[in-house]
Amino acid sequence: MAKYLAKRIFYLILTLFIVITVTFFLMKLLPGTPLTNQAKLSQSQIALIYKQYGLDKPEWQQYLIYLAGAVKGDFGTSFQFSDQPVSYLLSSRIGPSLQIGLQAMVVGVVLGILIGAIGAMRQNTWVDTTTTVVSILGISIPSFVLAVLLQYYLGLKAQLFPIAEWGGFIYTVLPTLALGATPLAESARFVRTEMVDVLSSDYIELAKAKGLSRMGVIYHHALRNSLIPLITIVGPLAVNIMTGSMVVENIFSIPGIGEQFVKSVLTNDYPTIMDLTIIYSFMLCVVLLFTDILYGIADPRIRLTGKAN
Amino acid sequence: MDNENNILEVRNLQVNFKTYAGDVKAIRNVSFDLRKGETLAIVGESGSGKSVTTRTIMGLNASNADIASGSIMYKGQDLLKKSEKEMEGIRGQDIAEIFQDPMTSLDPTMKIGRQIAEPLMVHKGMKKDKAWAQALEMMKLVGITDAESRINDYPHQFSGGMRQRIVIAIALINYPEVLIADEPTTALDVTIQAQILNLMKELQDKISTSIIFITHDLGVVAGMADRVAVMYAGKIVEYGTVDEIFYNPKHPYTWGLLSSMPTLDSSGDELPSIPGTPPDLLDPPTGDAFAARNAYALKIDTEQEPPFFKVSDTHYAATWLLHPDAPKVTPPAQIVERQEKYAKMQQALAQAQQTTGPVEEEEEQQ
Repeated sequence: MAKYLAKRIFYLILTLFIVITVTFFLMKLLPGTPLTNQAKLSQSQIALIYKQYGLDKPEWQQYLIYLAGAVKGDFGTSFQFSDQPVSYLLSSRIGPSLQIGLQAMVVGVVLGILIGAIGAMRQNTWVDTTTTVVSILGISIPSFVLAVLLQYYLGLKAQLFPIAEWGGFIYTVLPTLALGATPLAESARFVRTEMVDVLSSDYIELAKAKGLSRMGVIYHHALRNSLIPLITIVGPLAVNIMTGSMVVENIFSIPGIGEQFVKSVLTNDYPTIMDLTIIYSFMLCVVLLFTDILYGIADPRIRLTGKAN
Repeated sequence: MDNENNILEVRNLQVNFKTYAGDVKAIRNVSFDLRKGETLAIVGESGSGKSVTTRTIMGLNASNADIASGSIMYKGQDLLKKSEKEMEGIRGQDIAEIFQDPMTSLDPTMKIGRQIAEPLMVHKGMKKDKAWAQALEMMKLVGITDAESRINDYPHQFSGGMRQRIVIAIALINYPEVLIADEPTTALDVTIQAQILNLMKELQDKISTSIIFITHDLGVVAGMADRVAVMYAGKIVEYGTVDEIFYNPKHPYTWGLLSSMPTLDSSGDELPSIPGTPPDLLDPPTGDAFAARNAYALKIDTEQEPPFFKVSDTHYAATWLLHPDAPKVTPPAQIVERQEKYAKMQQALAQAQQTTGPVEEEEEQQ
């Protein structure tokens, strides 16, 4: 296990290095400059500012300087908020994003499992059709459309939840729903398919032959076996939530890293873009590592250590 | 024939499956008895209704199955009239089943100890420790070596033969009155087959259960069964003791089955087979369903269904050939040989019975 973890962490660092490299040079291809009022500045003023931020050097030098700093944990200072270290800027913003992301993931997956399981148990009835329609809608409606609809109906019309801003738990409800719709739909669809398969398998027949009740069969045998493969889609779902958060946080004006990411790209705030890319990649790598380990725990057939004894 | 010795009596069972194309008449008026302590083999090719029969007994038919008529009496009660809840109490307790494929019939994510102990926990409300202790005993009984350490293993850590032993342990843990074995050795290789069959016979004596043994393999039947019922196209066409079916078969279908089984004496390059395919049970033919594939078919076979004709007290066959007015036919050579062998056996037996007395006396004198 320790050896496996060490290997995975090595790969994680390698992945981050590649991500940093690729992002750094792609980012330089972005149109525009970090300067807000470029037209009003003279050539010498621009040169001065560039020199101050080290943008006058060739790109490969900038890259090496950035890499050297990153290794030491120095991710530079933000261009937008003068003299604010990027790490400080983002550490205050990561909380709301994590909260909404995790809530969306948990709510989406738990409800998805429930809906998928009910659909499978009532296969080919109106219940099943309804759950299928719900999941197709959830998959096909983009989160930003859903966000606006939720704001209008639950926020403006029904006055149930605040439309935007960040205050307490009540402010997280709508963004969570908007972001959670896709994980809900995806996992419902996935669980239904898996469970229909599992329910027709021989070991379910044997479980029935043992005299287990319908719920006993579902709870003790069907559920675990249909949920294990669900772990594999947690990674892709996390990606979905991360990309969704960039738009959804903007719509709900949530002071999170997703909103910050969009701002940084629009203003060519290079250090912030870099740092955010690293954060997103790191989170995804951790999720993937976590799901791989979880899979091994949940499914005895692929224990990481090989033999159980 | 409502006999005291019968543990299970199936009467006039008819099961249809509703499909978009119409009703598939999978079981067409099947009746049989299972006596206490015996092994009844139900033999037939795929689609003849063997498995549907056992599934109906277990109450585990697919949702589109419709039991049109019949009764299944177990201990004076009709299983077909039981509620789902009542059937849950019977399954795994009074009637248990061994499934065909041990590779897929165990839950891949549950320790086998728990899987074997489950029927105890469900039916006897046993606590985990006690149930596991009994599961361990049962594992030893079915011949799983090193049971103490293997009780915590998962199915994928066992070979096919060992898994089938586990499946048997699950079925037998509550000492069921009736054990249904649905082709329990089909998925195993031949050497393992023999081991599993021996184990089943041995355990049948130990826990005195009655077995319904479903198979398409007549070779397996000979060593296992007391009585045999041959099924074709959703009907039983012939039944009798194992000797009667093997050595004095009367139904042309049974002739076909036996001739297509290789024996030590078979010679030549080609094994005989039954031509054609079974009829479509969406629309079963009138008369004898086997008529179209039957070289010995009479005209009446295509018009009227044959009733059961009595061959002996224990042996019945549904073929018009047994009607007093039917023309005399000679069965295939192989079957004639078998019948001759049987006649000799009977003679020898009769002689032996006459001579047993004196032989024993002689032994005593010495």
